[in-house]
Amino acid sequence: MSSARRRRLLTWAGYLLAIAIAPLVLNQSFALALLSRIGIMTIFALSWNLLLGQTGLLSFGHAVYYGLGSFATLHLLNALAARGLPVSITLLPLCGGLAALLFGLVFGSITTRRAGTTFAMISLGIGEMVSASSLMFPAFFGGEGGITGNRVTGRGLFGIDYGTPLQMYYLIAAWAVLCMLLTYGLSQTPLGRLANAVRDNPERVEFIGCDPHSIRYRMVVLAGFFAGVAGGLSALQYEIATAEALSDHLSGIVILMAFVGGIGTFAGPLIGAALVTVLQVAVASVTPAWPFYFGLVFLVIVLYAPGGIASILLQHQAVWRAGFLRRLLPAYLIAALPAAALVLGVVAVVEMAYARGPERGDARLHLLFVPLDGKSATSWLLAAAAIAAGFLLLRLASRRVAERWESVHAGMAAAGSAP
Amino acid sequence: MEFTLISLLNGVTYGLLLFMLCGGLTLIFSMMGILNFAHASFYMLGAYLAYQLSLWLGFWPALFLAPLLVGTAGALIERYGIRTAHRHGHVAELLFTFGLSFLAVEVVQLLWGKAVVDYRVPPSLEGTLFTLYSTSFPVYKGFMMLVSVGMLALLAALLRYTRAGLIIQAALSRPDMVQALGHDVPRLFTLVFGGGAALAGLAGVIGGNAFVTEPGMAAAVGPIVFVVVVVGGLGSLAGAFVASLLIGILQTFLVGWDYSLIDLLRLFGVQLHSTSALTRLSLTQLAPVMPYLLMVGILVFRPRGLMGARE
Repeated sequence: MSSARRRRLLTWAGYLLAIAIAPLVLNQSFALALLSRIGIMTIFALSWNLLLGQTGLLSFGHAVYYGLGSFATLHLLNALAARGLPVSITLLPLCGGLAALLFGLVFGSITTRRAGTTFAMISLGIGEMVSASSLMFPAFFGGEGGITGNRVTGRGLFGIDYGTPLQMYYLIAAWAVLCMLLTYGLSQTPLGRLANAVRDNPERVEFIGCDPHSIRYRMVVLAGFFAGVAGGLSALQYEIATAEALSDHLSGIVILMAFVGGIGTFAGPLIGAALVTVLQVAVASVTPAWPFYFGLVFLVIVLYAPGGIASILLQHQAVWRAGFLRRLLPAYLIAALPAAALVLGVVAVVEMAYARGPERGDARLHLLFVPLDGKSATSWLLAAAAIAAGFLLLRLASRRVAERWESVHAGMAAAGSAP
Repeated sequence: MEFTLISLLNGVTYGLLLFMLCGGLTLIFSMMGILNFAHASFYMLGAYLAYQLSLWLGFWPALFLAPLLVGTAGALIERYGIRTAHRHGHVAELLFTFGLSFLAVEVVQLLWGKAVVDYRVPPSLEGTLFTLYSTSFPVYKGFMMLVSVGMLALLAALLRYTRAGLIIQAALSRPDMVQALGHDVPRLFTLVFGGGAALAGLAGVIGGNAFVTEPGMAAAVGPIVFVVVVVGGLGSLAGAFVASLLIGILQTFLVGWDYSLIDLLRLFGVQLHSTSALTRLSLTQLAPVMPYLLMVGILVFRPRGLMGARE
């Protein structure tokens, strides 16, 4: 076993261990809810990345499958409960997945007619169609209030009836690990490899005798299945399904997660789902402007680090292992100062604008113990100065960082360990 | 008859407004291959800027200034944002504009709040233009029609008879060749992007007070704009025009028709006593879904769109 392979296995073993013991360490109900949410979102982000990362299909309407899986699971749960059938809910998310798979068969035949930009547009259109029709069929979607259920049917397997959040967390974690294994396995099958080929060069795939359209179709259907499993788990966790689960907002959140984490690697969406979910709660508790910051971070990543956090980590890991990290650190430290000034300036402007805004009366606030007043010119000038100085100095410093990177690349190439 | 005529007029007004939005999007798409996700955000920005400017300066200066400001913002975004994203390919471009549309909603909420702002039709344009049978047609709708038709005529003339317009037309199909002939194609792109944004901004200025100006207005119209582009045929201006009018008119008619499937079948002599949700759906309820159904139908039966040249 090569050392790289062993290291990767160790990392995954550590990850699994963390999943298993996390609720024992963080055992407040708040932390458990957060962990469960991370589990659900991990499956959802992985499923979305089956499309963009593996097949090159950018979907703007992936919440359709999540939402439909969620509604289907809850309907099934209620039907089972009404008839008093002795079925444990352990396998119910599978039904959510299968329902979403059926819808994937229908919608996929329309969306995958074309790839690229057109696919993105059509997936958006289908997403809007389903979420707009959710109010037309109140019998299935429950109208504005959605539909509710009760996951404790009283018939547990080995006494597990999922009455406590902890049991529910382990159900979600088990499904998340299963879905990770399945999606990883899928990427190793001939279909997964062909999907990669379709992403990179559909014309050549046709030349080797495969139909890119049917490969895209199969991937959309399978991605729909996993999104449906995530939706089914959310139905069981929250015991409610509303039109929110089908909305473009959720489709946007999953794009944010997968892309911030990194679409080029398998682990990217896992990192993104955990990070974005935690930040959502953490930043939202500090400032109402959190969607604004999320949008900004997303734009910065799209423009300057399209590989996401996972690729940044991987690059630095390679540099570290080659022993060149020391060449980068001084340049990073120098760049960190103007970057901090820039970030603080932007935060100050956003917070002052919010504080001035129609929803707040008093415009006074504190940022890192610095008193600011959204109604005084001094505060605005201060923030503007921080942004301007930070921006200009960061440009200079980033040039230095780029030079250092070049020297690192040259050093690594000379040592024969270039990636 | 009365209903038909009034609905037709309303539908055409709405359709023309839609085309002001889609025209820019189609031009940008066929020229640069960029699907601008934030296009509807320029529409929203136009409405909000016009609201603010009309508070300070009055409606008429706002009518000219707001589209100019939106166009400038569009040009800057193309020059410093999209061109940077372009280095990472089309997906990055698309995601960049997607992020922008997300951010635009936040900026608008930050500056003007989450509630509907009171952007009104100016007093000089209030009142009734003419009365058909018993329904009155407001002056402002006539004004909207006038502005959109005038703007479109101007645009068509610009594209057809000016030197810049001819170069843009050439760059639509053969940008490399135009570049080789010594024209600055990247600057042309910036110009077209700014122009498209300004057009969307103008649609916001005249549509914002006729409909409603709120942070959700971009999300409400954004997907419909894409539907128009798909239905009309990717990259076809004429197709976008026909599709805009079609969707505008169809949607206006559907909102007014209170028939259900049962009533329709009765017309053909079929009596149904079913009470299932599907047959009781009225056409009015179908109105919000209609554009998407139309898109699906077009994709199934005519994948290149009404007038698209390519698949």
